[in-house]
Formats: sequence, C-alpha cells, structure tokens
Amino acid sequence: MSLLRSRELILAFAILALLIAIAARFPGFVTPRNLAKVFTDTSPLILLALGQMIVILTRCIDLSVAANLALCGMVAALLDGAGIPLPVILPTVVALGAALGAVNGLLVWKLAIPSIVVTLGTMTIYRGTIFLLTGGAWINAHQMSDAFKAFPRAMILGLPVMAWIAILAILGVAVLLSRTPLGRAFYAVGGNPHAAVYTGISVGRTQFAAFVIAGALAGLTGYLWVARYAVAYVDIAAGFELDVVAACVIGGIALTGGSGTVAGAVMGALFLGIIKNALPVVGISPFWQMAISGAAILIAIAVHAASQRESGRIILRQAEEQA
Amino acid sequence: MSTTEETPMRATGRQIPDRLTRPGARLLKSWEALLLIVAVAIFILNSLASPYFLDPWNLSDATFNFTEKAMIAFAMAMLIIAGEIDLSVGAIIALASTVMGVAMTEGASTFVIVLLGLGTGLACGAFNGILVARFGLPSIVVTIGTMSLFRGISYIVLGDGAFTGYPPSFAWFGQGYVFWVITVELVIFAIAALIFGVLLHRTNFGRAVYAIGNNATAARFSGIRVERVKFILFLLTGLLSGIAAICLTSRLGSTRPSIATGFELEVVTIVVLGGVSILGGAGSIPGVVLAAFVMGLVTFGLGLLNVPGIVMSIIVGALLIGVIALPRLWFMLRRR
Repeated sequence: MSLLRSRELILAFAILALLIAIAARFPGFVTPRNLAKVFTDTSPLILLALGQMIVILTRCIDLSVAANLALCGMVAALLDGAGIPLPVILPTVVALGAALGAVNGLLVWKLAIPSIVVTLGTMTIYRGTIFLLTGGAWINAHQMSDAFKAFPRAMILGLPVMAWIAILAILGVAVLLSRTPLGRAFYAVGGNPHAAVYTGISVGRTQFAAFVIAGALAGLTGYLWVARYAVAYVDIAAGFELDVVAACVIGGIALTGGSGTVAGAVMGALFLGIIKNALPVVGISPFWQMAISGAAILIAIAVHAASQRESGRIILRQAEEQA
Repeated sequence: MSTTEETPMRATGRQIPDRLTRPGARLLKSWEALLLIVAVAIFILNSLASPYFLDPWNLSDATFNFTEKAMIAFAMAMLIIAGEIDLSVGAIIALASTVMGVAMTEGASTFVIVLLGLGTGLACGAFNGILVARFGLPSIVVTIGTMSLFRGISYIVLGDGAFTGYPPSFAWFGQGYVFWVITVELVIFAIAALIFGVLLHRTNFGRAVYAIGNNATAARFSGIRVERVKFILFLLTGLLSGIAAICLTSRLGSTRPSIATGFELEVVTIVVLGGVSILGGAGSIPGVVLAAFVMGLVTFGLGLLNVPGIVMSIIVGALLIGVIALPRLWFMLRRR
C-alpha cells in the first residue's frame, strides 16, 4: 500500500504505460536511440525543473526562469559573436544566471516581497533587457562560431553533451538535497518556516540560495538552448516558465513547499517531454499538445489529492486542511 | 478586539485586516493615495512629453490599453483577496473567442454570439470553481492546468487558422462609442468597477471574501460557506473573462488561438499594483481602478514617445517591484 502511495512509482508506471501505448503502434519510438533523443530534447526542461523544484521546496516560485534563460542565451551568443572562447562564455553565463537569480532572491529575502510578485516583475524586466541589448535583432546560426554550436551536440559514449549535463545536474541536485545541510534546509524552510528558524536556519538566506541555484541552472540552459537550436532572439522559451512549473506539479512537488523529490521533478519533465515528442509520431496534430498536457496536469493533481486523502480519523479534518 | 482603532475604518464598511494595525499601517492604508499621486505625475509627465497626449481622441483610444484586462482584474482582485488565484483567464478569453468564432461561421446572430461568449466564460469559471471549491485542489495548480486545457482546445479547433468576418453589429462592443469619445469598453469598465466596488466593500459577500482570505478556518466556523463563496468568485472571474473576450474579439475583428496570451500575468500585475495582497485578506477595488489607470497611462505615454512594447514591459515590471519595494525600503531605513 505504501508503495502505491509513492508518487514516483505511480509516475514511473504512468510513463511506462505511455511508452507501451506508443510502442504498440510505433515500435520505432522505444528504440534506445530514439529514447536518447527524447531525453536530450527534454534536457532543458529537466534542468529548469530541478532549479524550480528547489525554489518551490522553500515555498517560493520563480516565474522568471524562462526570461533568465533567454537573456543568458542571448548574452552567450553576443559573447560568441565578440570572439570570446567557449570556456570563458560558459562560466560567464552561469554566473550571470546566478546573479539574475540573486536579484530575485535578495528582493524576497531583504524586502520580504512575495516571490510570485518579484519574479512576475523581473520576468518582464529580464526579457525586455534582451531587446535593449540587441534592438530586437536575431542572432542566427551563421553568426555563431562552430565550436559554440558543436559543444551541446558533441557525443560522449553515445549521448550528446547536453544529455550528460542534464544527468550531472540530476546527480548534483540529488546529492545537494540529500547529503548537505543546505539541502535539508530547503526542506526545513518549506516544511515549517517557524520551526526552521528555531533550529537556527535563516529562512530568507535559504530562499536566496534556492533562487541563486535556479538562476545558475537557467543561465546554463540558456547557453545550451541557443547553441542547440542555433538561434537567439527576444522571445525564445516564451511561456516556458509554466511548462517548468507544470513539470514540477506533475512530479508531485507540493506548491505549498517542503515536499518533493528529484526523481519526481525529473519524471514530471520526462512525462511532458515524451508527450511532446510522441504526438507527431503517433500522428496526432501538435495542436493537441497543449490540451493534452493541460489534462495531464489536472489528472496528476487529482491523483495526488486522492492518494493524500485519508479516512475521517481526525475530527474536523476539513477545517484542519483549510488552516 | 480593540474597538477604538477599528471605528474609523468601520465607518467605510470595509473589513480591516489585522496587518493594518501594525506600524506602517498608515502608509499601507493610503496605498490608493500613493497610486493617485503616481497616476497624476505620469499624466503630467505625459502631457509635457508629447503634444498629442491631451487630444481627447487619443486619450479615448488609450483606454483600450487596459480596459479589457482591468475588468478581469476586479474579479481577480476578489479572488486573490480570498486567497485563491486564476491563471487561466487569458485561456478562457481564447476559448470564449473560439466558441464565438465557431458560432459566427455557423451564421449565428450577434445576440447569440455574445450569449455564447458569456456562457463559455461562465462554464470555464465553473470548471475551475468545481475543481478548487468542490475537490479542494490548490487553485494555482488547477488553473495552470486549465490554462493549457482551455487554450489547447482553441488550438485544436483553429490549428494555425483564424476566424474573421464577424457581423458589423458585433463590432460595437470593441469599436463603438457611447457619448462622443467615450468608448463602450470604458463604460463596461466603469460599470464593472461600480458593481465590484459595491460587492466587495458594501455587502456581506464582500465581507466574507475578506474573512476567508484572512482566516478560512475562522470564516468557516463563523458560518461562512467558504466553498460556495470561492465557487462564485471563480464564476465571476470566468464571466468577466467572457465579457473581455467579447470586447477583445470585437475590437480585433478576428479570433486566433494565441489571442490574449500572457493576459493572466498582466491582470495579476494590475491587481498587485492596486495594493491587493497576493497572500490574501487585503486590498480594495478603488486601488485596482487606479492601478489600471497607472498601467494605461504608462503604456500610452511611452507609446506616444515611440518606446517599443517590450521596453514598456520592462518599465511596468520595474513599476510593480518598485511601488511595492519602496515603501518597505523606506520603513526599513526609518526603523534604523
């Protein structure tokens, strides 16, 4: 019974069922090579979902990740255009992403403005800044150096670098959350902020750290996105922030904070990624994608709510839930 | 309960959130005053910056910048005060517009088209409301889901196409004028402001909304039917989105599945700028009205100066953070 309650297991079965259903008609979809391609396609979503998960764990939300990604990607493309080598560009955009995350974090920490308001504002500011940088111009494939474009696609052991970066990030965040004091602090702050204060954890500082990590991951993803698709413009990844939140929600990360796992976030992202990749293969128009992922989100939270529901053991349970 | 402090506010019939009795309450109480100063300042700046600003026709057209979003903002403000949120409003507009487009291609009359727009808005609101109020699911997640679902249906119906060719009588809602230069949309906006102002600040229902936002458990035990109030609030948000869909579709004269993309965040921006606490329990309709005018004046003024739209959004974002951050910064410095 407790196994069935496990969100990750239910989600793993859902993904497996999805794959079997697709394979029943199109065996080509589940070949290792195609699955690797699906994973690579989903890498940006996984990277951002990992960062978003950490932010959500601390009872915050970051709506500016997609704008952060777009700005860092554009800066990466501009630096490349200025002839700066890739080994310099990469740390620069990660640092820039972290700095943009730090702006969010500082406003949440020092001024105690709700994170949804802060990131709603910085989202438009970051994306607008791209326009100021370029005047709305596009940077196309022929304006990028070959090394810049080749790095995410370079194959190591049969997988592109982009997929390896996602795997490393998954492992890194998993270690961070389960093996370090900071990782436990994320859960503590989201689970019960008052208790966290009494155990000597600074709530604001922990939330700040979460935003910085999410920002750094967004910055890294910005480079990968621009280099892989070989184009940079103001509107790249527009609306992607809600896909990221959706991946977290499907993965069972509670928006009320304090609960969620790396495996959940990754599988939530993969679930959306598989749907996105499978639709054209199965012959469904891509126009169905939005409605299907919307329905998937609703089903996921309905299942989650049902698995949480216990029989009326506690008096006034309903009132307790509201509190 | 200390009665002395609450008496002056009670005279206005507004529920007083606890946090307003803390130090700094006076500034927060005068949020509307702050917004009014900002609005007047931007108005004066605009009239100095561009000779075309004070032209009545220009000013009238400027109202299109905010009226559609602001009418939804009234319902959204009540929803946020009650501690919930609806991120699907832009998608509801898209779906309502799509339904109206289908009806139009089937040769329906303007009356039927409008009725279907309102009905679709109500149905979408009811769907959100049932999921949140009846099944107790968190509204932010539910409406992220329905946002994709509603807009997704529009994409399924329309693909990459569009509905055009609405009947001339339908154009009145988005392009018509009532008195000389007063647009129909501005009249609808004013009526909505009046209705929602009375609803929130003068009725038991409005009182219940504040009570739920401040403490849902206490509200339940004092006999407020929390679920029912929340359901009605989602219905209202859906209905207002339907009305906005009629205005927007009529003004643009066409339906695309990407219509009103990003509206939800702009509506929330107006609401928050209007002094409504995103955590629930505090806020007022006059504040939302003023915030709508501030947003409208800023975008219109910048438009006259040929500032590109994306740069306007930087300024609106900075305005949102700045208006909220500056009073807090000021208190932090004064406490030292």
